[in-house]
Amino acid sequence: MNTNQLTSAQTNSLVVLRLLIGWHFLYEGVIKLYSSSWSAKGYLLSASFLQGFFRWLGSDSMITIVNTLNVTALMLVGISLLAGFKTRAGALVGIVLLLFYYLAHPAFPGLPQGPSEGSYWLVNKNLIEAAALYVLFLLPTESAFGIAKLMQRSRPQTA
Amino acid sequence: MADDNLFNKFTRRDWLKGLAGLPILGGVWYAGASFSGNLKRERKMLLETLNIKASSPPAAGPMSGDPVRVGIIGFGIRGEQLCRALGFATTDWLRQMKEASEKNPNDSRLTDFKAQENLNIKLCAICDLFDYRANKAIESFSNENNKMKRFATHTELLDSGEVDAVVIATPDHWHAPIAIEAINKGIHVYVEKPMTHNISETYVLRDAVRNNPKTVFAVGHQHRQTQSFLTAQDVVAKNILGHVSLVVTATNRNDDNGAWQYEIHPDANEKTVDWNQFLGSAPKIPWTPEHFFRWRKWWAYGSGLSGDLMTHDYDRLNCILKMGIPKYITASGGIYTHRDGRNVPDVMQINMEFPDFTSGTSQEPGKEKGMQLVYSATLGNSFERGTVLMGHDASMELGNTLTIHADLGSTKFAKMIEEGRIDPFEPIYQYNPAANGADAVTSATARYFANKGLLWTYRDGKRVDSTFLHLREWLSCIRNGGKPSCSIQEGFEEAITAHMGGISYKTGRRVEWDPVNEKIIALPGENLDAILLTNEEKVKV
Repeated sequence: MNTNQLTSAQTNSLVVLRLLIGWHFLYEGVIKLYSSSWSAKGYLLSASFLQGFFRWLGSDSMITIVNTLNVTALMLVGISLLAGFKTRAGALVGIVLLLFYYLAHPAFPGLPQGPSEGSYWLVNKNLIEAAALYVLFLLPTESAFGIAKLMQRSRPQTA
Repeated sequence: MADDNLFNKFTRRDWLKGLAGLPILGGVWYAGASFSGNLKRERKMLLETLNIKASSPPAAGPMSGDPVRVGIIGFGIRGEQLCRALGFATTDWLRQMKEASEKNPNDSRLTDFKAQENLNIKLCAICDLFDYRANKAIESFSNENNKMKRFATHTELLDSGEVDAVVIATPDHWHAPIAIEAINKGIHVYVEKPMTHNISETYVLRDAVRNNPKTVFAVGHQHRQTQSFLTAQDVVAKNILGHVSLVVTATNRNDDNGAWQYEIHPDANEKTVDWNQFLGSAPKIPWTPEHFFRWRKWWAYGSGLSGDLMTHDYDRLNCILKMGIPKYITASGGIYTHRDGRNVPDVMQINMEFPDFTSGTSQEPGKEKGMQLVYSATLGNSFERGTVLMGHDASMELGNTLTIHADLGSTKFAKMIEEGRIDPFEPIYQYNPAANGADAVTSATARYFANKGLLWTYRDGKRVDSTFLHLREWLSCIRNGGKPSCSIQEGFEEAITAHMGGISYKTGRRVEWDPVNEKIIALPGENLDAILLTNEEKVKV
């Protein structure tokens, strides 16, 4: 299935979803990029699941590279989704990032909720955002809205 | 021409749909960058206004040269901890820690111990009155490189010619007698707190240290090594808090160990313990294992909350405020949570008055003077109350982190509060030695992690124990010269304050210090040492 089979209202709603998620990723990335004191260390060291793995990521030898990768990935996903370029790859990278965030502090019963507002049981906002990105991965809209539209060899059949 | 075709095939609508994401991208980027920039500028301005120097402690000198020959006197709970800080862990402890780290990979006590710097000492002598403990030390610490010998009395140990320095971790009533003897014999001393158990020996010890300037004397208030306290000194020196009129500090414990209900070892009996030597100056009573192991519960050997625990809080505040001995002390409390035969209180309030104290002012001269320090303790509740220095312009919470809140009624920050640049309900400064030093306005998430203790004090990337740093400082003074941060003057002030607290509790009256004659003022016919040492909860006056 591709978006050509969707009504324009359906396509537009997917574009809106893509822009909202792209907006969120880019803003998170930019804020971290410009805050010199930001570090994922606390989030990783306080992981409530797969502690060994996340503590290793948060260790002194790893944290600088983890911070750089995280900020770069956040911004690239944001740029890809907002600009409409390589959005399938962007969505996949975004899903991986969100699953990392989810697994470090999963909303499993019995585990501490960690630093987030709201109340969750199994499902939290990271998981929902990852699911939304999966929808965007399956139904890419960049040929309808985005730079990719201008890179096509032929005009799309429908808009 | 191909290009023309490429462009021609797109309508304006296509262009719009192709590029419309880019302005959003630019907008989001700009918003993020400008928000971060503003926040950074505000923080920078605030930090520049406050100008607090988040300093690292001065590095103590090298541990090179011949090993210092150290003797340990008293190898109970604290004695073992001190030996570990010196680099010597018992076989039992090593085994327990190995098991603990196998069970829980996050338990880093063993790796932290192994990573500890070698202090280049020989732990070559021990004096402990209980055979089991002395043997445990010898079995654990004696090896090819380190021959350890047991001495039956501290005097034999001091006279052996085999030690350069001693660590004293005995019950309180033995602190001063052993320290005085060692100092007079030219042996360096590290003595646990409280420095003394009665008033008169406090002066004798001070004279001994003054008369033997070559011996290095340190009191075991390891809190002085806490990095945040050095920054706190700068906060006070820069008068950020304004006039501090009240300081509150507390002890909150609610477990057997915290209430000094230590384990009574099954091997202890009159044959394995030198009971008479333990009693020393204390009233002669028959062998009572509970008194031997839980000595902190009786005035005859211990000093109660005022000497045992208040001294820690008093000393760390004295290191920041340098307020010295209080002019007046009023203490009260009782045995309310552990009515088990002890005669020292387990709930206690000690109010210390410093009528001439000033930490600087932001108001007209002469308006502010004087300070009260309130120590509040219970051994029946463990709710953490913390330590707060309360000034006219700001309050500082003191712990491993420092947090400063501007005061709503502050003179100094009035304008910034009015302009909305300072929110009195958000910290204006937070210092976390392990994060990136200092932060002016801290986010809720950073606070969440800091409060969980995850971003904690490390030095050179290693977690270190303040007792290790305190012993290292003492050994560095022995090797390289210098004066320990908690030496005789600090110890004198700590001991006198503790004794004033004990006397006030026991007599139920306000106790006054005469700073000119350096004496605690006694009422006619009163023998203050007798009051302090009477092995009863209170005395009739």
